[in-house]
Amino acid sequence: MSRITLSGLKHSYMPSPSSDEDWALKELNLEWEDGGAYALLGPSGCGKTTLLNIISGLLTPSHGKVLFDDRDVTQLPTEQRHIAQVFQFPVVYDTMTVYDNLAFPLRNRGVDEATVHQRVTEIAEMNDLTATLKRRASGLTADGKQKISLGRGLVRTDVNAILFDEPLTVIDPHLKFQLRSKLKELHQRVARTMIYVTHDQTEALTFADKVVVMNFGEVVQIGTPQELFEKPQHVFVGHFIGSPGMNVIPCDIDNGKAVIGGKAIPTANTASPGGENVIGVRPEFGAFSPQGLPARISRVTDAGRFRIVEADCAGHRIKLLVGEDEAIPSENAKIAFKPEMTRIYQDGWLAGGERAP
Amino acid sequence: MVLELRQVEKRVGQDVHIHPADLTLEPGRFNFLLGTTLAGKTTLMQLMAGLEQPTSGEVWFNGRNVTGVPVRKRNVSMVYQQFINYPHMSVYENIASPLRVAGMDTATIRQRVGTMAEMMKISALLDRRPSELSGGQQQRTAMARALVKNSDIVLLDEPLANLDFKLREELRDELPGMFSTRDCIVVYATTEPTEALLLGGSTVALHEGAIVDFGPTGDIYRKPANLTGASVFSEPPINIAPVTKADGRVKMNEAVHWTAPPGLPDGRYTIGVRPHHVHPLRANGNTVAIDGTVKVAELSGSESIIHFDAFGNDWISLSHGVHPFEAGQKAKLYADISRCLYFDETGRLIQAGNGGGA
Repeated sequence: MSRITLSGLKHSYMPSPSSDEDWALKELNLEWEDGGAYALLGPSGCGKTTLLNIISGLLTPSHGKVLFDDRDVTQLPTEQRHIAQVFQFPVVYDTMTVYDNLAFPLRNRGVDEATVHQRVTEIAEMNDLTATLKRRASGLTADGKQKISLGRGLVRTDVNAILFDEPLTVIDPHLKFQLRSKLKELHQRVARTMIYVTHDQTEALTFADKVVVMNFGEVVQIGTPQELFEKPQHVFVGHFIGSPGMNVIPCDIDNGKAVIGGKAIPTANTASPGGENVIGVRPEFGAFSPQGLPARISRVTDAGRFRIVEADCAGHRIKLLVGEDEAIPSENAKIAFKPEMTRIYQDGWLAGGERAP
Repeated sequence: MVLELRQVEKRVGQDVHIHPADLTLEPGRFNFLLGTTLAGKTTLMQLMAGLEQPTSGEVWFNGRNVTGVPVRKRNVSMVYQQFINYPHMSVYENIASPLRVAGMDTATIRQRVGTMAEMMKISALLDRRPSELSGGQQQRTAMARALVKNSDIVLLDEPLANLDFKLREELRDELPGMFSTRDCIVVYATTEPTEALLLGGSTVALHEGAIVDFGPTGDIYRKPANLTGASVFSEPPINIAPVTKADGRVKMNEAVHWTAPPGLPDGRYTIGVRPHHVHPLRANGNTVAIDGTVKVAELSGSESIIHFDAFGNDWISLSHGVHPFEAGQKAKLYADISRCLYFDETGRLIQAGNGGGA
């Protein structure tokens, strides 16, 4: 187990990168605590897989260093890094029993059979695989096989970190739900450093203590799930996290305060003059209120446990989450936003806030 | 326009893939086939399209028995989970291909492809090859090709499943607009209850090759006909527990009981309580406290999902906000009894909600 440090890391697949777009991964410095649960979250092509490959040793970065504790592993191949990996498609030896699959990484390293037995039994119990230990892996369902992949990652005691690359993408929703909470439970039990790559915000946010949000090869924000939800540093984070994402409404700035259609909008922050200004507010933090902005409701979608109300407000389409039992006005709707959860963004970034490292 | 399945059954050797199914589908709404992998969604679609023939039963379209009529003689389009386009053709030619096959003149083709591309927001991409497109754009192209020929029946087999979370949300948001002006029967297979809910229409709940429920999506979500249907249509999984009703009370055990809904006959029931009706804090007078042990709490920053064990049953609570719990911690959670579903011993829904306070 290790603390992982990425220092001055950047990567280009081109021999002599010049412009910004030539970098698959822009400069990045961060430190991951030993035993933490981390997620790399972003859309396709954001650089998250490049970063994962650099950590696992499949790719050598063009600049910067990867440290496990204080040891520089930048030039080491994967097999010398003591890393376990779980991929999108379960990697399982179909002809072997579940027991032999779990034992494989240990036997491969010459571990004695008594220790193998003790470890395999323990990991099988944690992964609900005890009843299937004697069966061939080929007979198992997709989620069963993914539990074996997971078990193989956990069975070794000498791994520095376990890397997950979209491990639940091909699993059905109801099994995904179970496996997701299992993974969380396992992390709490074994306290191994785990790094989880995904485009799925729910998986990232429920699994990780800290999430790294990436876009265009750049880290946009690193934060706890609550920080990312409640205080996005950039409109991209507001959009990418949350479903539906954060509402963005253009505004003017008067004396540091946001103004929409001549009406002052109370916000949590202020902005200095200049740039392109918007207010950002999540659908969860808007409500019908006589003090609000006039709005015309254009669509109401029933999501079961809540409804999504779409409305035209100040010339923009915004969304609101409304509880199962809350009333929706049929006419003369007015919408107000929770001031402490409403913020001004200037040229995309939180006004007056610190930018991401 | 109406598509009917009359006692349609599909067997392969000894295996029953589809149990005899009756279904009447109409235009003007999405018709969801909701179920897990292997529930029979794709098979049912192939039977509707004529790609598969039923072992017994009949498929009727507009009052005509079309059982045995091959797919190319039916006016049907399909969109698959994998983005299927002709790799050697431009986006324009991909969309135009069914119209060319139909022998349409070039001017009409240009006009129809233009309109369709605009609706799908891919007008700027018409000269590109599919390999130069993102996943979302590839699926938009496939969707455009399926819709351009004005098919009577459009079958969408998990069309959003291979897209990234956010692209899925974006395309899902646009789907109602894409179909609003079309006169066709839309059948849409999905494994995701939320997808069916957000798009509305009607839903067929499928389980192990059998139709277990069918009706307007919101209705069968709130009043599922049976326990199987409720389980198919619940994400996260619905909480279930055995109870007994006697002397005007519903009793889960000595500690947990409440005033029975009026008119509920005495007897044994299984209750279903959706996770968002189990609260980490006492929410209102209609809740009963359930003592349990927390297994794990998933905190997403905006919602808390608490898995806990109570009286030997797994329970899940899904709530707004951040409610931290430690694994192994003893906790009380509050089930909203006024929302509880009562199923009899055969699994049939007897009563939806309306129970009194503790």
